[in-house]
Amino acid sequence: MTAFIFTRFAQSVLVLFIMSLLVFGGVNLVGDPVEMLINPEADQAEVERVIRELGLDRPVTEQYWYFLVNAFKGDLGDSFIFGEPALKLIIQRMPATLELALFSLFISLIIAIPLGIYAGYNPDSKASKVIMAGSILGFSMPTFWVGIIFIMIFAVQLGWLPSTGRGEIGTFMGINSSLFTLNGLSHVFLPALNLALFKISSVIRLTRAGTREIILQDYITFARSKGISEKRVVLIHVLKNILIPIVTVVGLEFGSLIAFSTVTETVFAWPGMGKLIIDSIYNLDRPVIVAYLMIIVTFFVFLNLIVDILYTFLDPRVRIKGDHQ
Amino acid sequence: MSPKLRKFVEFCKDFSSNKVALVAFFIFLLILFVAIFAPLVSPTDPYDLNTVSIMNSRLPPFSEDFSGNYFFLGTDGAGRDMVSAIFYGLRVSLGVGVLSGIFALIIGSFFGISAAFFGGRYESIIMRIVDIQLSFPSILVALIILAAFGKGVEKTIIALILVQWAYYARTARSSALVEINKEYVDAARCLAFGNTRIMFKHILPNCMAPLIVVGTLQTAHAISLEATLSFLGLGLPITEPSLGLLIGNGFEYMYSGDFWISIFPGVALLITVASINLVGDHLRDMFNPRLH
Repeated sequence: MTAFIFTRFAQSVLVLFIMSLLVFGGVNLVGDPVEMLINPEADQAEVERVIRELGLDRPVTEQYWYFLVNAFKGDLGDSFIFGEPALKLIIQRMPATLELALFSLFISLIIAIPLGIYAGYNPDSKASKVIMAGSILGFSMPTFWVGIIFIMIFAVQLGWLPSTGRGEIGTFMGINSSLFTLNGLSHVFLPALNLALFKISSVIRLTRAGTREIILQDYITFARSKGISEKRVVLIHVLKNILIPIVTVVGLEFGSLIAFSTVTETVFAWPGMGKLIIDSIYNLDRPVIVAYLMIIVTFFVFLNLIVDILYTFLDPRVRIKGDHQ
Repeated sequence: MSPKLRKFVEFCKDFSSNKVALVAFFIFLLILFVAIFAPLVSPTDPYDLNTVSIMNSRLPPFSEDFSGNYFFLGTDGAGRDMVSAIFYGLRVSLGVGVLSGIFALIIGSFFGISAAFFGGRYESIIMRIVDIQLSFPSILVALIILAAFGKGVEKTIIALILVQWAYYARTARSSALVEINKEYVDAARCLAFGNTRIMFKHILPNCMAPLIVVGTLQTAHAISLEATLSFLGLGLPITEPSLGLLIGNGFEYMYSGDFWISIFPGVALLITVASINLVGDHLRDMFNPRLH
């Protein structure tokens, strides 16, 4: 068990190290940030001063070593564009991304679970077939394009909802979020629905499969034979039992919502981390690119490490196999 | 009728049992035809500067210019015919998607089958790498490659291969593990055939069915991912205008109500991806022994 956790931890650190080499190496081979930063009329002395200031005159290996040492101190370098610490810029934008991802998770669950239960409960009805066909369509629709259509219909043509920015930010229990004001909610609705689409399709399929399995179980037959109303069977007995696998999978995939929010944030000009990384790539703002990628990779690596460790507690087979190795 | 032909006819009958999948397959064939013969079937060459006129920019669908050219789906910001731009865009999108899918299939099945065949430490290292990679969402893997190394055709293809190979490797390994214990592999070993020959001439053909299913669904995913990356400006350069880039170009005209520049390339993308997904979904059901 301890050996298993130790191996996994060592692997996670190795993955992070390889990622840092890849990201830092790649970023430093591409483009010339000096060209983007300096006034084209600047003279040679000015150009050299900036290069020295950014540490770009040193060999790449030395730059990488400095990067590693500073990263351990929690310093991922200063943004070339904003002149502020890259880490600070990312942390500033993190709440916007998190609230978008959380709200879209909420939307996808309240839409998908009822539809999935319905489709699993009446698998042969017309409506179920429409729901399932819709979920294939949801898988196939490119998120960014649906976002554009949302903007066109709800913002440009109908003018019901705003299509850019985060709106007013309210404070509730010490947390600042646009989810706490009406204006903020109207801003978050379209991007969150857009981000939720993909998740809605997959949760519908998951719920449907779970429901179809559960309604065949003995305890459902038993509940019915006790004379419990069909409504109560579905709302209490079926719902409770399908929630366990759904919550596990959805929780695990929360990370993918954050990764995919780069696309939605760009379409809706949502001021989160995802828009920051895309803007930084355009501007060749190397420290921010490296910092963002390293933070998100670290997040994923440790999320998976925690899940792996949790599984060893829940499933003894994993534990035995790990010790065996 | 030879047994092979009979098997093929049976397969076709089985496939045709699902009308939706059959229709999707024919739509996909049509799209493939248009993509391959884009220069012949397009009304105009959208990238020939002699025929494209800026005077025709942003004409709505069903309009005509002064020299009598008819624009069924309108024109984009540079005055290009949308129908032709979409046909050429399909060519780029399908080309990149299929090419990366083939490379990923080759690399993934090589590692998957060899892992199953040799086992031991080699297998656990390969499968650990596959597991780690699959724990990252596809867009993040692509983002890391393109953010670190910049955009371009080869880089986009490399990113798409990296996103996909792990799925093929996992599928190839799991079906190879079943095949390895069968008698024909023992027989081949008794004939002292080389490992490479047994792996790729004997085992691989018997693993093709699940690999093809994964292949169709992954290709659809790759096409959609490439469009997303190109829309973000990270994928293909403007010299290779895929559907994603066309949609991105139209995005700037959205707020002035010129919907067709973004919408129609997106419809083409949606039809392409959905038809591949529907075919793949049906193939998966056909090859799934639990459903028979």
